[in-house]
Amino acid sequence: MAGVEERPILFSSIKKLAQWAQSGSLWPAQFGLACCAIEMMATAASRFDLSRFGAEVMRASPRQADVMIVAGRVCQKMAPVVRELYDQMPEPKWVIAMGACASVGGVFNNYAVVQGVDRVVPVDIYVPGCPPTPEGLLEAVMELQKKIRMGGRAMAPAMPSPEEVAHP
Amino acid sequence: MFDAIGNILKGLGITLKIFTTMPNQTVGYPEKKRELPARYRGVHKLRRYSDGLERCVGCELCAAACPAYAITVVAAENDPEHRVSPGERYAERYEIDYLRCIFCGECERACPVDAIVLTPQPLPPFISRRQVIMTKDDLLEPYPGGDPPAFHLHPWEDHPDRIDRWPVPQEHLPSPR
Repeated sequence: MAGVEERPILFSSIKKLAQWAQSGSLWPAQFGLACCAIEMMATAASRFDLSRFGAEVMRASPRQADVMIVAGRVCQKMAPVVRELYDQMPEPKWVIAMGACASVGGVFNNYAVVQGVDRVVPVDIYVPGCPPTPEGLLEAVMELQKKIRMGGRAMAPAMPSPEEVAHP
Repeated sequence: MFDAIGNILKGLGITLKIFTTMPNQTVGYPEKKRELPARYRGVHKLRRYSDGLERCVGCELCAAACPAYAITVVAAENDPEHRVSPGERYAERYEIDYLRCIFCGECERACPVDAIVLTPQPLPPFISRRQVIMTKDDLLEPYPGGDPPAFHLHPWEDHPDRIDRWPVPQEHLPSPR
């Protein structure tokens, strides 16, 4: 079976077909942590209509989800739960860190809040804002689709050191 | 029994009526963009005076006011021969971490010289944490006469009621470069 995914069918290959299908049916885990979840709901509702990108089916079970939208601050007690939910999601899986809190901790620079969910799970897209607008989340979904179509897999949890961040 | 079916049909009739008559509420986002509020707060801009001097005097009040500690200012003394700003000091480094930033506008409020303002330009998502810090090169308004600004001004910025809280005497300014 080696190399079967590269073998052309008609004019393409199974791999490209799978990438196209995966990018068009990103089912998010129904998992809102804080106020960003309100904007996530607004994005899924009729005005912005996440279903135009095939990402409206919020799954209550991680077993059926493809993308985890971490919407809100992750406190220290929630971090192992987030990791467990991520581990329960089937491959391939992606993570969007929505908002300042999920991305880097935001205003909550204290002992209770994880300073960025990328300390727990690998993050593909970071959305700035507090909370981000529905357009911001739509942009993130589109960016993720682009990444999947280009063959990008879930990111390794490579968090740069503070020195690297300051002087890249 | 027939009552129940009648009620169901009545309800479905209302659904059908709304479905056919109500205009489409969906904003087709990437193609069509909804109008953001006039004072929507997006990415920052460091302003200049009209003669090209930077407004920022490196007082670090914005960094102190920032609730998320997203702003880093490193000030340096001005050389009187080659001024960067009209004050004693100027911002040698001015960096904003756009993942920490919550776009609250407290920096704009704290600034005594109206140097830092928030423009209505929204920020795209980042794909890596290495992109998120914007430096003075990204934030500073282009030199007048050079490239036009990439985004339009904050609506409050040019309001006729607004006065400069720190007018700079003309004789202290060097001739335009």
